[in-house]
Amino acid sequence: MSEQITGAQSLVRSLEAAGVEDIFGIPGGAILPAYDPLMDSSIRHVLVRHEQGAGHAAQGYATASGKVGVCMATSGPGATNLVTPIADAHMDSVPMVAVTGQVGSSLIGTDAFQEADIRGITMPITKHNFLVTDPADIPRTVAEAFYIASTGRPGPVLVDVAKSALTSMTSFDWPTELHLPGYRPVTKPHSKQIREAARLILESRRPVLYVGGGTIRANAHAELRLLAELTGIPVVTTLMARGAFPDSHPQHLGMPGMHGTVAAVAGLQKSDLIISLGARFDDRVTGNLDSFAPGAKVIHADIDPAEIGKNRHADVPIVGDVREVLGDLLVALRAEAEAGRQGDYEGWVAFLSGVKGKYPLGYDKPVEGLSPQYVIERLGDIAGPDAIYAAGVGQHQMWAAQFVSYEKPRTWLNSGGLGTMGFAVPAAMGAKVGMPDTTVWAVDGDGCFQMTNQELATCAINDIPIKVAIINNESLGMVRQWQTLFYNERYSNTDLHSKRIPDFVKLADAYGCVGLACDSPDDVDSTIEKAMAINDVPVVVDFRVHRDAMVWPMVAAGTSNDDIKYARDLAPQFDEDDL
Amino acid sequence: MSDKHTLSVLVEDKPGVLARIAGLFSRRGFNIDSLAVGPTEHPEVSRMTIVVNVEGSPLEQVTKQLNKLVEVIKIVELEPTASVHRELVMVKIAATAETRGQVLDTVQLFRAKVVDVAPDAVTVQITGNAGKIADFLRVVEPFGVRELVQSGMVAIGRGARSISERNLRPVAVPAPPAAV
Repeated sequence: MSEQITGAQSLVRSLEAAGVEDIFGIPGGAILPAYDPLMDSSIRHVLVRHEQGAGHAAQGYATASGKVGVCMATSGPGATNLVTPIADAHMDSVPMVAVTGQVGSSLIGTDAFQEADIRGITMPITKHNFLVTDPADIPRTVAEAFYIASTGRPGPVLVDVAKSALTSMTSFDWPTELHLPGYRPVTKPHSKQIREAARLILESRRPVLYVGGGTIRANAHAELRLLAELTGIPVVTTLMARGAFPDSHPQHLGMPGMHGTVAAVAGLQKSDLIISLGARFDDRVTGNLDSFAPGAKVIHADIDPAEIGKNRHADVPIVGDVREVLGDLLVALRAEAEAGRQGDYEGWVAFLSGVKGKYPLGYDKPVEGLSPQYVIERLGDIAGPDAIYAAGVGQHQMWAAQFVSYEKPRTWLNSGGLGTMGFAVPAAMGAKVGMPDTTVWAVDGDGCFQMTNQELATCAINDIPIKVAIINNESLGMVRQWQTLFYNERYSNTDLHSKRIPDFVKLADAYGCVGLACDSPDDVDSTIEKAMAINDVPVVVDFRVHRDAMVWPMVAAGTSNDDIKYARDLAPQFDEDDL
Repeated sequence: MSDKHTLSVLVEDKPGVLARIAGLFSRRGFNIDSLAVGPTEHPEVSRMTIVVNVEGSPLEQVTKQLNKLVEVIKIVELEPTASVHRELVMVKIAATAETRGQVLDTVQLFRAKVVDVAPDAVTVQITGNAGKIADFLRVVEPFGVRELVQSGMVAIGRGARSISERNLRPVAVPAPPAAV
């Protein structure tokens, strides 16, 4: 008979066997048995201040490092506090495993203390989830959870373990094979579809590579660059794909979508072939779907078959891992090139270069006060392309996507699909744990920052020296922008007064961090440099910016990409004769 | 062309799988006309017969989303011409001394079966496809339908082949890859 251990010991051993090095979590009644063996484990547990922070930290850890992020919480409120990060990870395809305690199996269904049906609650927002009541099932369930989270289209998996399973005796057997008859992700693209895609690419005159977050998840940036340079096709990178293709590359048109560059929006809108790589034709990219890229055929490559044809008809559907798709396309197109067949995109590339030159990203410098775009631009220049940038959600997020130059994948973390305010600080914390030798900046808004800043205590105590740039416009800036544009400047409940309360410098100090403030353009560089020089404790910089800056360009929600505004009431003029 | 399609869905017989499927239909705005679940010839596999009304969302999206569920093993659309569809109805029909003869004639005509008799009612069981059942109910309606219960549709393909043949062999999946 094999060695008898508790279910809790089996859980910790399983996590070790799955390769877990770091967990973010908070103990509580139902998960308490697991925390005892965790104390003796090689796994580092980071005690956070709120379970939401644990979840976002696991996301930041996973996105920055490529490993599966792990968070842990107790039953009931501990588990429900994980709901937001789990939903966020589901929308943005982040590989994550959430382990929660559940009340003892005899109490399940009795409305017991701290009981919540977290498996039922998270069914729509997880890739898969489990409830374990038999301790013998723990190793197999953990193995399946990590396998499902990290393969195919990545996503969050929740493992809910009843307290009775943690306290009962069991044996530990790490499985060598998994029995998942309904889960067989297709990674290898179909050769017929690859040939068809290559044919369309050569035939087209106005193609564009529409690069989504799946390209980063698949580690396909190198192959993407090879394909782009082989063909000369222009590239757009979505909000989730910033860094998948170097911003400095001449073929890069920038980010498409609601706040994308004019060149990227025009590049999709006026193309005759969209080559979609791990993107999902999200409404923030397409605008009004009926008028999106009316003249374009679509090659849609995605590992998730359900994304193909969901929003936009695909002329060539390719189910597969983006890296393998690009690898096979490279082989096919190189063979064509050797046979003397190459696409003719000269006019198209010249047209888009013209648009790119005529409508660069820019902003108006205020007469007085500090411009938020300037702060972010300088931060990107000084911290450079090796740093990791995590953003919250809102104006500062869009500016951080626009004005920081990304050269490498996994250096831009944000909440794209769910749009979770408060993402930045805990995600930066997780990224720093996963990539301790990399500078990690959270670019946050004053609204977002006040949702999750308690994790600064976690950072200060656990030697996780992140840096936070608060873009403090003392308002819920993006909502205020919409009120300016669509609600006659009636600013209902968007004024946060956060230059007065709280004092972010004192708050940083209270959390054991260094607090800095800056309200003049003349001090921006020196303040950032001062923050860059502090590497032993977290730094928080309160950039007190003017509040009327707006994010441009903009395609108003629900309208056509054709109606993009370069600035307020200013539509770009395209010289269509060039096409 | 009808917007209704009959899907046979093989699922792992695990707790919560019905909730997953029902939740998926509800949150994606797909309409279920009928759903029936039961065991199959394989003890670890259940089979659901789902009649889905795809007005608005294409059938392809429904099956792709269903296929994403880890516990869904296989989905087959059963075309009406290549499969047999049955549902079962039990109906309590008012039947007085004067009308009972007519009711029983109707029951015979439809090859239905009387399963219970009371002084002023008979309970009748009828199986068949949706059309036959609708016809029967139309004919007995004037007698007075006191109570009616109807199963979901079940369906099976014609011919010797089984939809579960190929998918139920054990599948060896490699252990999770070590962290990158």
